[in-house]
Amino acid sequence: MPPAVELDAAAPAVQPVRARGVAPWWAVAAGAFLVLSLVAGVLAGPLELDAGDVVRSALAKLGLIDSSPLGETEEAILWKLRVPRVVLAALVGGMLAIAGATYQGVFHNPLADPYLLGVAAGAGLGATLAISYLPRALAGQQLLPLAAFAGGAAAVAVTWAIGRSSGRERDVATFVLAGVVVASFFTAVQTFVQQQNSDTLQEVYSWILGALPSSGWSDVVVLAPYVVGATAVILVFRRVLDVLSLGDTEAASLGVNVGRTRLLLVVAATVGTAAAVAVSGLIAFVGIIVPHTIRLLAGTSYRGLLPLSFVVGAGFLVLADVIARTALSPAELPIGVVTAFFGGPFFVLVLRTMRGGRS
Amino acid sequence: MTAISTRSLSVTLGRRLVVRDVDLDVPSGQWVGLIGPNGAGKTTLLRAVAGLVPYDGSVTLHGVPAHELSRRDRARELAVVPQEPVTPPWLTVSEYVLLGRTPHLGPLGRESGEDRDAATQVLERLDLLGQRERTLGTLSGGERQRVVVARALVQEASIVLLDEPTAALDIGHQQQALELLDTLRGESALTLVAAMHDLTLAAQYAERMILLDEGCVVADGAPEEVLTEISIARHYDAQIRVVRVDDRVAVVPSRHRPQP
Repeated sequence: MPPAVELDAAAPAVQPVRARGVAPWWAVAAGAFLVLSLVAGVLAGPLELDAGDVVRSALAKLGLIDSSPLGETEEAILWKLRVPRVVLAALVGGMLAIAGATYQGVFHNPLADPYLLGVAAGAGLGATLAISYLPRALAGQQLLPLAAFAGGAAAVAVTWAIGRSSGRERDVATFVLAGVVVASFFTAVQTFVQQQNSDTLQEVYSWILGALPSSGWSDVVVLAPYVVGATAVILVFRRVLDVLSLGDTEAASLGVNVGRTRLLLVVAATVGTAAAVAVSGLIAFVGIIVPHTIRLLAGTSYRGLLPLSFVVGAGFLVLADVIARTALSPAELPIGVVTAFFGGPFFVLVLRTMRGGRS
Repeated sequence: MTAISTRSLSVTLGRRLVVRDVDLDVPSGQWVGLIGPNGAGKTTLLRAVAGLVPYDGSVTLHGVPAHELSRRDRARELAVVPQEPVTPPWLTVSEYVLLGRTPHLGPLGRESGEDRDAATQVLERLDLLGQRERTLGTLSGGERQRVVVARALVQEASIVLLDEPTAALDIGHQQQALELLDTLRGESALTLVAAMHDLTLAAQYAERMILLDEGCVVADGAPEEVLTEISIARHYDAQIRVVRVDDRVAVVPSRHRPQP
């Protein structure tokens, strides 16, 4: 069959239209923000490090210069504590932000966050069970993240099963409601377990508030493959999220298999989020505030929003971690408290500025 | 050639039979006006033909049973302009119109130069090139309607289903939109099926009208055959007069019942 709209074979005289994607200006701004955050993250802390020394130490590591100006202790603090923690913060922040943007697109809900389908409540239950019932030696490093990951994944699987069983696969509201129900149920069980084991209350509570561990490279090695995999899947399908933003019916009329695409994106975002939550606890707000701030400032489609969310979310959490580490030094604030305390007012500021600018 | 053919097409929504046993043949290039009172099943019939709701019976597009077509292939045959299209305010006109190329893209969803050229030509044709960098949130109702039509045309489907394409427009923009569709139909041999509430306007453009009531086809033919005072009084429960304007029938509301 010939194409219906017989378009002129000659190339148009005008420059062909294109989607904006990531505007160069915003790419540079987001990249600069991340780099500055990483530098601040590496230099800030109880032990002050000189930027030049850090650079020379890095060059020495790469074998470009003969010796590092830093002493053995400083070297250890820099490479075994600070750099891995900064990298971990960047991975967790980037993952939560891009997962939040994905959920908002997939569920047509601007208030969707990565915890929408119960991953937080499930991970909370898994972590509480691990802290309360596992032998101390096991619970600490090895099994707590695993239990949290399993709990989060299980909660989302239950949510999905309930959402599907209603037989209205295209109705996203069903999934959101199922997520609310599952989250309440898992939270109830978690609270019960917590009450039964009041000796571990503080440990559970501090996990729930979110904290990045200073455990060297081991958590980075565990988390990185999930973040890389999940982010790659989401970025490959970033154009489909723009199609889904037209609503399920219109996306289907454009030839998209809405149910399958949504499942794929939700699985990717959830696996990444569950892995991030497993190592860092529940860090609130990043998944909502970062994508919305980008959208308000750059006004971009999902094609631009998703990569920008990852980069800005990474920088945002590294900065939040700097504040968490230094504000009450040598004590640490829970990073979830920092993200909510600074993130909320900042978001209000952005919202007010943009509204003012438009009216 | 027959563009759309349905046999015993029925749709049940919840427990209600919304479309009943519709047999329809629409030749290529025809403009069909689909009319009927609220709740008659117009939108549902269009959605069934587009494969957007489950149905019983069969739908054939250009001789190919629709259930044998993949979603992508169906989207290349048939485009839909919905009644209330979702227009995300942050998308630019270019980005939105390029989304119409979705059924033509490869697995990774990269838009090629060919896709961008196609979008550019449609925007040029609809006089929208000047608006290409504007975001949808800043467009007027008439501009937005043209942009939605542009997205459907970029799909390069030969069948276009329109659900109340002029509902949000003033009378001038209604005429411009329908004139444009009629011109495009002539240029590109499009088959148009448009569900419309404005019977007079529908009669001025459609070559054939189909009247639906309670999910059944109750009248099918040229506008002057379908739009009769008795038929409209019965199916719309309306008091109207049918008059002739420029050799076409026009439906005018009246406060007096027509004499039997």
